[in-house]
Order: sequence, then C-alpha cells, then structure tokens
Amino acid sequence: MTTVTETHDDHHDHGPAKGLMRWVTTTNHKDIGTLYLIFALIMFMIGGAMAMVIRLELFQPGMQFIDPSFFNQMTTVHALVMIFGGVMPAFVGLANWMLPIMIGGPDMALPRMNNWSFWILPFAFAMLLGTFFMDGGAPASGWTIYPPLVLQGGNGFPFMIFAIHMMGISSVMGAINVIVTILNMRAPGMTLMKMPLFVWTWFITAYLLIAVMPVLAGGVTMLLTDKFYDTTFFNAAGGGDPVLFQHIFWFFGHPEVYILILPAFGVVSEIIPTFARKPLFGYSSMVYATSSIAFLSFIVWAHHMFTVGMPLQGELFFMYATMLIAVPTGVKVFNWVSTMWKGSMTFETPMLFAIGFVIMFTIGGFSGLMLAIAPADFQYHDTYFVVAHFHYVLVTGAIYAIMASAYYWLPKWTGNMYNERHGQIHFWISTVSVNVLFFPQHFLGLAGMPRRIPDYSIQFAEFNMWSSIGGFVFGLSQVFFCYIVYKTIKGGEKATDQVWEGANGLEWTLSSPPPYHSFTTAPVIK
Amino acid sequence: MSSENAYYIPHDAKWPIVGSVGLTLLLGGFANELNGSTSASSVMAVGFLVLVYMMFGWFGEVIAESETGTYRHVEDASFRMGMAWFIFSEVMFFAVFFGALFYIRVFSVPWLAGEGVGVSTNEFLWPNFEATWPTNGPGDVGGEYQKMGAWGLPAINTLLLLTSGVTCTWAHWGLIANKRKQLIVGLALTVLLGFAFVGLQALEYSHGYQELNLTLGSGVYGSTFYMLTGFHGFHVTVGAIMLTVMLFRSMKGHFTPENHFAFEASAWYWHFVDVVWLGLFIFVYWL
Amino acid sequence: MNKLKQIFASVAALTLMSGVAHAEYGLNMPVGVTETSRQVYDLHMLILWVCVAIGVVVFGAMIYSMVYHRKSQGAVASQFHESMTAELVWTVIPFIILVVMAIPATKVLIEMHDSSEADMTVKITGYQWKWHYEYIGEDLDFFSSLDAASNEARQVGSGIDPSTVADYLLNVDHPLVIPVGKKVRFLLTAEDVIHAWWVPDFGWKKDAIPGLINEAWVIVDEPGVYRGQCAELCGRDHGFMPIVVEVKSEADYATWLVAQKVAKQVAKLAAIEDLDPRELKRAGKKVYRANCIACHQKKGEGLPGVFPAINGSAVATGDINKHIDIVMNGKKGTTMAAYKDQLTDLELAAVVTYQRNSLGNKVGDAVQPAEIAALR
Ligand code: HEA
Ligand code: HEA
Ligand code: HEC
Ligand code: CUA
Ligand SMILES: [Cu+2]
Repeated sequence: MTTVTETHDDHHDHGPAKGLMRWVTTTNHKDIGTLYLIFALIMFMIGGAMAMVIRLELFQPGMQFIDPSFFNQMTTVHALVMIFGGVMPAFVGLANWMLPIMIGGPDMALPRMNNWSFWILPFAFAMLLGTFFMDGGAPASGWTIYPPLVLQGGNGFPFMIFAIHMMGISSVMGAINVIVTILNMRAPGMTLMKMPLFVWTWFITAYLLIAVMPVLAGGVTMLLTDKFYDTTFFNAAGGGDPVLFQHIFWFFGHPEVYILILPAFGVVSEIIPTFARKPLFGYSSMVYATSSIAFLSFIVWAHHMFTVGMPLQGELFFMYATMLIAVPTGVKVFNWVSTMWKGSMTFETPMLFAIGFVIMFTIGGFSGLMLAIAPADFQYHDTYFVVAHFHYVLVTGAIYAIMASAYYWLPKWTGNMYNERHGQIHFWISTVSVNVLFFPQHFLGLAGMPRRIPDYSIQFAEFNMWSSIGGFVFGLSQVFFCYIVYKTIKGGEKATDQVWEGANGLEWTLSSPPPYHSFTTAPVIK
Repeated sequence: MSSENAYYIPHDAKWPIVGSVGLTLLLGGFANELNGSTSASSVMAVGFLVLVYMMFGWFGEVIAESETGTYRHVEDASFRMGMAWFIFSEVMFFAVFFGALFYIRVFSVPWLAGEGVGVSTNEFLWPNFEATWPTNGPGDVGGEYQKMGAWGLPAINTLLLLTSGVTCTWAHWGLIANKRKQLIVGLALTVLLGFAFVGLQALEYSHGYQELNLTLGSGVYGSTFYMLTGFHGFHVTVGAIMLTVMLFRSMKGHFTPENHFAFEASAWYWHFVDVVWLGLFIFVYWL
Repeated sequence: MNKLKQIFASVAALTLMSGVAHAEYGLNMPVGVTETSRQVYDLHMLILWVCVAIGVVVFGAMIYSMVYHRKSQGAVASQFHESMTAELVWTVIPFIILVVMAIPATKVLIEMHDSSEADMTVKITGYQWKWHYEYIGEDLDFFSSLDAASNEARQVGSGIDPSTVADYLLNVDHPLVIPVGKKVRFLLTAEDVIHAWWVPDFGWKKDAIPGLINEAWVIVDEPGVYRGQCAELCGRDHGFMPIVVEVKSEADYATWLVAQKVAKQVAKLAAIEDLDPRELKRAGKKVYRANCIACHQKKGEGLPGVFPAINGSAVATGDINKHIDIVMNGKKGTTMAAYKDQLTDLELAAVVTYQRNSLGNKVGDAVQPAEIAALR
C-alpha cells in the first residue's frame, strides 16, 4: 500500500504563491502547519488573557472587578479556547509540519481537505468569541456545558453549539487526514514499527478524535433541541436524565484529555533521545503503552461523575479502570527515565522543557490517581485540587511539550537558531512561576475551596494571592516566548541541517528550512 | 500531467474558504433564527446556496481531475481510506443517539420508576410513575400520544431500503463488468427507492404529528424517535443525492471498471445508511 | 487607584510576614467529624504517601542521571535500548501497588453507600441560590441562604472589607440543625439546575439533581457548627450559596425542634393581620435583598438582555395581580422562579409592595399577606 516513491508535478519548483491568498488557498502541509501554529499561539494568548482576568478577581477575597456571571463566562471560554483553540490546533500544526517529513512523504494525503480543516477554525472561534457581545453574554456554564444550567444561556447559546460543531468538523477532517497520511504516504521501508513515536502517538490520537468528536457533536445537538425544540433528553419530567448528558460529555471528554496529551508524549519521546544521545528505551513497549492508554480512555469516563449518584458497581468499575491507566502511563515515564540513564546529556531549551514535562506531568498524574479513588474524590471533586491536577497535566504537560517542540523544531522550520540564553530564561521563569501558580491550588482544594467561584472566604486568601502572582509572572514569561519566536523567524544564527548533535530521523536530513515539497524523492529507510 | 510515480498535490484550493463562509452564514443565520430574529432565514438561505456552490465547484474540480487521469492507485487509496474513516465517524455520531436511547430505556426510565438507585426518586418526586416503553415521562410531557407502529409504513420502508441495497450492488456489478446499461438502470432504481423512502417517511411524520399527537415534545419517546429517524432520514437524503450525481455521471460516461472510487464511496455510504436503518427498525420501532 | 494601592499593600504585607501570616488556614484535607470522613482522610493520606514514595524513586533516578550522565561531565552514551525484564518489572509492580490501594478504597466506598436504618431523614433541595431543608415527618421546612452581612459585602464594589465580616461567605440565615450521634439520611434534589451539597467535615459531597433524588448519610460525633459550600456550578451566584450545619446534643435538638414549630405558628398568625404598607415596604426590602437582588440588581436596574429591570417595569407598575402572579408562580422557561413555596405570605406581600413603591417605582398600592394566602 505504501508505494509513494517520488513526488513531482509541474508546479514543483515554483515556490508558494505570493500575498495573502497564498495562505488562504494553500494546500502545502508546511504552510498549513504554520497557520495552525500561529492560530494556536493567538488563541493561547486570548485564553491566557481570560485566565489573567480570573486570577485578578481571585487575587483577594471580595468582589473587586467583575460581575459573577462575567467571571463564569471567563472560566468557560478560557477553557474552551485553550483546549479547542490552543492545544489541539498546536498539535495539529505540529502534525502537519512534521508527519509527512518524518515518514518520508511529499505532503499530507488530502491536501485540499487539509486546508479546509484549518480554515474552519477562525470562523468557529469568531463565532464563539462573538458571543461576548450578545445579549446574555458568552456561555457561562463551565466548559462542561451541563444541562439544565447551560440551557439558561442567552443569545450566545446556539452560537456556542454551532461553534462546537464546526470545531468538531475541523478536527474530524484533520484526524482523517493524519490517518490516511500515515497509512498511505510512508516511504518504502518505513514500516509501522519504524515510525518515530511522534507519528505513532498522532496515529492513535487521530483514532481517538474520529471516535469521540462525533459523540460531542451528537450531545450538543441534543442540548440544542432540548432548548429550542421541546425534546426532553435531559429532563426527568419527560423521562430523560440530566446525568445522561454528563455521560455523553465525558465519553467524549475523557478521551479528549488524552487527545491533548498523547502527541505530547510523542514529542517528548523524540526530544529526550536527541539530547541524551541515546536511542529511546523500549520503543515497542512505548507503542503498546500508548495503545493501552487509548483503549482504557474509553472505559473510564465516569470518574468525572463519581458524585452524581451512580450505583455502587458503576463507581467501583470506573474507579478500577481509571486506576489501571497509571500502569501504561508509568511504563512511559520509566522508559523516558531509562533513556536518560547513562546517556550523555546536554540541556538545551527543548530538553529542559521535556524534562520539566516528565517531572510535572508525573505530579499531575499522581494527583489524577488520587482523584481516581472514588471515596476520596467525594472530597476532591469540584475543588481547586482538581484545578491543580488538570493544569499540571495540561499546562506543564501539554503546553510544555508544545514549547519543547517549538524550540526543538524552530531552527528546522525557519533555518534560524533561536537565542539559547533567552530560551533558558524563558524556561526557568516559567517553571518557577507555574509552580507558584498551580501548586498552592492543591492546598486550596484540600482545605475546601470549590472551583468556579469568583470570591472566597478569608481562609483561602493567602494561597490565592500566591497563585495569582505566579499566574501574572507566568503570563508575562509567555509574552517573552512570543518575542523569542518572533526574533527567530526574523533572523538569527543560521541553523545546520542536523541542528542538534544527537538528532536522528528524516527531518534532520532535509535542509533547514526544508524545501517547499518535503521529499520529492522518497528517502531510503535503513 | 504528473509523471509516473508522483503523488498528486493540487494547488491553490479556493473552495475550502468558500465552504467556511457558507457554513458560517448557514449556522450563524440558524443561530439568529433560533434566537427569534425574523430576517435570519435569508442569511441561512444564502449560506446554504454558498455551500451548494462550493460543493459543485469542489467536486467538479475533483471529477475533472479524475476524468483526465490525474489519480492513480496511491491517490485512489487515500480517497478510499478517507471515505472509510469518514463513515466511521458517522457511525459514532449515530452511536451517541442509540446510546442515549439505551441509557434512557435501561437506566433512566426504570430509575424514575423506583428501581435500583431510584427508590427515593420515585417515592418522593414521581410517586405514580411506572416504567413502560414507550413513555413521555412522569411529567406526561406533551400529553397523550400513541406509539408509532412497526409493521405499517416502517416495514415497507425497511423493504424499500433493503431492496435499494440490492439494486445498488447490482449496479456495481454492472459497472465492474462494463455493462453500462445495468449500471444506469441499477442506479436509477436505487435512487428511486431512496427518494420513495424519504417520501414515505415524510408521510409517517405527518401521521405522527397529526393523528398520533406524537411530536418531538412527546417526552423521551418523541425525542428519541424523531431525532434518530430524523437524522437517518437526512442521511438517506444525502446518500440519495450522492447516488443521483453518480447516475448523471454514469450517463455522461464517467467511471471505468477499474476506476470508479466516487461510485464506490456513495455505495458504501448507502450501505451504511441501510445498516443504521436496520438498527432503527429493531430498537426504535419494533422492540 | 485605591484598588491598586490595596493590592500593593497586601503584596508587601505578604512578603514581609509570609509564614506567620494571619488567620488559620488549612493545608490538608480536614480529618472531619464522622467515621466516614476519617476513613476518607486515611485513604487520602495513604495514596498521597504512596505517590510521594514513587515520586522520590522516579525523580531521584532522573536527578541522579541528570547529575552524573551529563555530557559536560564527560559521560559517554551507552546504546542499550531494550529490556523485556525491566518492562515487566515496571508493569507488574505498579499494578500490585494499585491493587493494594484499591482494597481499602473499595471497603470505604461500600460503607458509604449504605444509607439504610437511618434515624431521621432530611430532604435537601437546591435552588438558585439557596438551600431548602425539609424534615421528613416533622412538618418543618425552611430555606437557608447567604447571611445578610456577607451578602452586602460581596456585591461588586461594596467597599466592605471581607475580613471584617464574620465567616465571610460561609454563613447562612437559617442553618440546618441535626442531632449528634444519630444516623441522618439526606435526600438530595434540586429545583432548577444541578447543585452539590458539601460539608468537608462530613467527608463527602453529593450532587443535587433536578428530577432525581440522591441519598447520603452522616453520623456526626461531635456537636459543633460545620460549614460548607455548593460544589457544582449553578449559575451566577454559585459561589454564594453556603451550607451551615449545626450539630446539637439530642436534648438541645429536641428543644430547637419545638421552638421552630412554635415560631412557625406565630408567623402564620401574624400574617393574618393587616399591616401598615410602610411596614410591608420595610420588610420587603429585606426579602428583596436576600432573594431578588442577584438578578434584578440593587437599584432594580436588572441586567439588560438577561434580567429585566424592576425600575419602571410594566409589570411592577401595572396590574398588581399580574405582578403577584409572576412572583408567586414564576415564568416558565426563564430563570424567574416560582417563589410561592420559597417565601411566606408575609414575605411575598412585602416584596411585591416593596417593588411597587421603591426601586424608582411609585405606584402607591400594597398587598396584604391574607390576600396572598387566599391565592394559594
Ligand atoms: C492532558 C490532560 C489530562 C491527563 C493526561 C489526565 C490524566 C489523568 N486524570 Fe485527569 N483531568 C483532566 C485532564 C487530564 N487528566 C481534566 C481537564 C480534568 C477536569 C475536567 C473538568 O472537570 O473540567 C480532569 C479530571 C480528572 C478526574 C475527575 C476529578 C473530579 O472532577 O472529581 C479524575 C478522576 O479520576 C482524573 C484522573 C486522571 C488519571 C487517573 C489520569 C492518569 O492518566 C494519570 C496517569 C499518570 C500517572 C499516575 C503518573 C505516572 C505514573 C507512574 C510514575 C507509575 C507509577 C504510579 C503509580 C502506581 C501510582 N482526572
Ligand atoms: C490547555 C488548557 C489550559 C491552559 C493552557 C490553561 C492555562 C491557565 N489557566 Fe486554566 N483552565 C482550563 C484549561 C487550561 N488552562 C480548564 C479546562 C479549566 C476548567 C474550566 C471550567 O471550570 O469549566 C480551567 C480553569 C482555570 C481556573 C479555574 C477557574 C474557576 O474554577 O473558576 C483558573 C484559575 O486560576 C485557571 C488559570 C489558568 C492560568 C493562570 C493559566 C495560564 O497557564 C495561562 C498563561 C498564559 C497567558 C497568561 C497568556 C499570555 C499573556 C498575555 C496574553 C498577556 C497578558 C498577561 C498579563 C497581564 C500578565 N484556569
Ligand atoms: C435567577 C434570577 C432571578 C431572580 C433571583 C429573581 N428574578 Fe424576577 N425575573 C427574572 C427573569 C429572567 C425575569 C424575566 C422573565 C420574562 O422573560 O418575562 C424576571 C421577571 C420578573 C418580574 C417582571 C418584570 C417585567 O418587567 O417583566 C418581576 C416583577 C420579578 N421578576 C420579581 C422578582 C422578585 C420579587 C424576586 C425575588 C423574590 C425575583 N424576581 C427574583 C429573574 C429572576
Ligand atoms: Cu448551587 Cu452551585
Ligand atoms: Cu478523565
């Protein structure tokens, strides 16, 4: 099936078209990857700005700046923007840039559809963010959009639903493209078990995506009809059940969090060997562990719903299944540590972020495991302990992996080295501040502070203040990151083809930056 | 055109952005309409037309490329896998509605009636409710209604769809054996049966609304019934339109016994729709 | 400007006295006052220490290798990259650890689910944004909402320093009262959206879902006042629906119960008499502040597009019967709830009178509690 040997068409040596239309009509995987990455960065800033509003209001007890319902809008849209606009598009951008190169192919398999996957997103987010200007404001029901609360929304409600539909369409098309590219575009000799782990993790992520995005689409469609067409899916009076929506949402939502983290696992599995100058330890068990995580992710969803009053057997099942995920995830962590063991390590910025990832993701994983213990979750649930958990896995997990890959591949993408000193500064400020930001939230949660509240009693004042200060510093250091990226695009020391001494893999055999069409002649895989 | 072994990469795709604009107008207009705006339906209409325009343009371009021999085995494989996984995503979309139906029938309704964890729910909130199916819930939402029987129109519709599956395959055999007439007749029959199905379903709906007082608002029975059959009906319509296009293309002499991905994709889609219907017939109408 | 100064001042204060800083604040889960909460606490500490131990091993190995296997230390990379044994070891050992954790967790969970043989039952209903407590079999029920002092202080720009308010945001007007040492069964449900009832010292929280009832129970060991909060996002004032439970000795509880019933009768009698409209208006202000202000706002200006203004409202200045109707029965499909069951005749009469003669309105009429009673 994998018979791509050479790419050539009559436009081959033309560069890209010029001007704005180049970006609007492009079918080139690198252009589209760039678009995705820039889009994700902008969304990260917007979502981050909302987080700053949250942290500002929570800086002190008492209501200082905003109305409680605006606070809820901030929380809701912050999460939606970060997840659907920040992390997911960032990883799709990385996939677009790197997958064809890593498997020795010319481009993505379905280039026109690739363009559409991207160009739906700006419209979807315009719709979502537009709700701020409507009667009733933006959705304020949390990103989990539980009924009946979400049905109380104002005019923004149907726009949010349709924005989610559009994001879903985009993700499904993107995922199909990834799957087809991996199955059909590999260079001869690039067998599945020779693929770089980033490719593997994306392959599995893509399956998660096409399996769960339609489920979310169905769920929000039921919300829409419950509000506007008198259906009673989530209304007990009509024989439905508000909890049904939670099952649907988390059947999507739990695999979703692995959608956000599996590509991160892949990236880290590329970076650590490079800077340890040692092959990845346990390649095949990494592949099997990733697959097990993906499989398990479909049968653990109700750990988000321990407090809804499920039957005992249900709670036990979901508790056990959730705990099991620690095993394959542990395998990954141990393999990364073993890769570093007896290596010859250097600590350039990508490696720093990757190591930061391993340590802090594991901390987030531990708190996840604590949440999995159902009776204890009766205490943890819906407190800042949960908020701390998921920011450790999302910010110091997914976002750190994205930062690591940005530093790792920027020289390849732009042909310019970033400023190493700046990178190191960015890492250290971020790492110190992010822990000041999120670590105290564990204590807040344990001491009894619920999440999604704009104001709190005096006993929580201290840690909230620390958390906010950490948040502001972390935010500013991300502004610095934007500056570093900008400088690197504009110029800098020229990068070699290999870039990193210990780097292995097809992407390092191409020039920096690579030619417009990646492998016009398929490479030979040993 | 491209040399022997190249993978074809089109340039300057302008249709996607047209599609995005169309989609945004359609959905944005719809949202405004739901919010009670009176002028939004024209925005929706424009959006819909833009989408139709996009499809004509996009598919037209691909068809032209296909007919001029741009695609070879590799590209064809990409299309096939793409379509297969798209259908998989559609399966998951239906799965969530079936899942909701099962959850409601197996858990939610019995619990409201006092089984398992529902003892107090039933005792304190809905003391007179007993679990039956169909039901419009303890609140008797939407008032008296009657169940949609399985052995009238729905049974006929089952027959129609199953037959259309056969005629579709027959047409495919014709195409492979290069019997163009069999292809065209088979397709025409399939399309006819498909639209007949849609027509009968419309009849069934009007029967439900007018005579049975069975509406979307008839509690969970009405909700699951109309949403499941409605989305299915929509998919049948789309599938029938796809097959109609295939019919016209066949009449224009498109497709060869070796190279007819578009036809196969539509046929897969049609069979998928068929299988979903069997699920519906069993779980929505019959049991 | 003032705000900024305040912020800078607190930052300075914080850095100066961090550690010794004000008030007692918790770092860890409370041990609580029930058998359940102690078991949950033990479980929590068990998992925590297991995780810490694993963390020490994993991070220790990483740090060791980062120190000694650095290129700058002259480390030369080995090339080993596979070991079936190692993979097996670190699959099996974590699995065993998990099983060890799962056993006590299962035990606790099973016990928590057993709400049988309760001594008494309280039905708890969540409203936007207050709790309703109903003592099953006792002809006693009441609402419990954020106390007036906190409510005043928590308005945006109130200018009141929260640290001057006792139990800021954790105090209510009518706490739930239960006896010590008895098994109390709770039936949780909600009227409008999902809420969750949580008192950390009891060791659990449970969702209150409209149309369904969840069960939970406690046996509290020590008399005292225990505080908690709503723990499921339920709209604008989710942060402002605290829970206070007073646990009394059995004798005190019995006395309290009688007193409540007497007070209820007295209130009923009082409602029969006609009241001076000015009196009603004064009482109405209190009711308005406690129940309506969240949506219709302090001066009755509402929130455009979401909550209508009372100031100048056609309803509040028009036919008084329509006005009474919307307050008593609410408006279906909107957040305007039916207050018939939430407020007494007196309170309803008072708030309607208040809305018509204050908040910028000057209709001049009034409604008496007896008229409301007649409409029930
Ligand atoms: C990238 C995202 C991500 C990831 C990877 C995870 C990973 C995990 N999560 Fe998390 N989670 C979220 C994102 C994520 N989560 C989000 C967003 C929410 C909140 C949603 C909302 O309500 O808004 C949430 C909420 C959440 C809850 C619900 C809490 C509540 O609301 O009450 C639970 C409960 O079980 C949970 C559990 C877990 C577990 C067990 C893992 C495991 O995968 C972790 C496994 C990893 C390790 C355990 C560490 C490494 C392992 C070893 C070193 C091996 C040895 C270890 C042992 C044997 C202990 N998560
Ligand atoms: C990938 C996902 C992701 C990411 C990256 C983040 C990043 C951050 N998150 Fe968030 N968060 C979620 C996902 C994420 N979050 C989710 C799912 C929820 C749950 C929502 C719900 O309850 O429904 C949540 C909720 C949540 C809460 C709880 C709100 C509540 O319960 O009411 C808080 C509170 O502190 C918070 C803070 C932050 C902060 C400070 C960051 C920071 O890391 C952000 C840093 C980035 C920037 C700051 C941007 C760069 C800077 C600028 C644009 C310039 C302006 C800067 C300054 C003025 C300093 N998040
Ligand atoms: C949760 C929010 C909320 C609370 C609390 C609330 N209301 Fe309302 N109220 C509304 C909404 C929304 C409407 C508009 C209903 C509609 O669409 O007609 C409304 C309408 C009204 C109206 C009619 C105004 C008009 O011009 O249409 C009156 C009078 C009123 N409420 C009185 C009260 C009183 C008295 C209380 C407290 C006892 C109260 N409300 C508490 C949300 C609320
Ligand atoms: Cu009630 Cu939150
Ligand atoms: Cu989860």
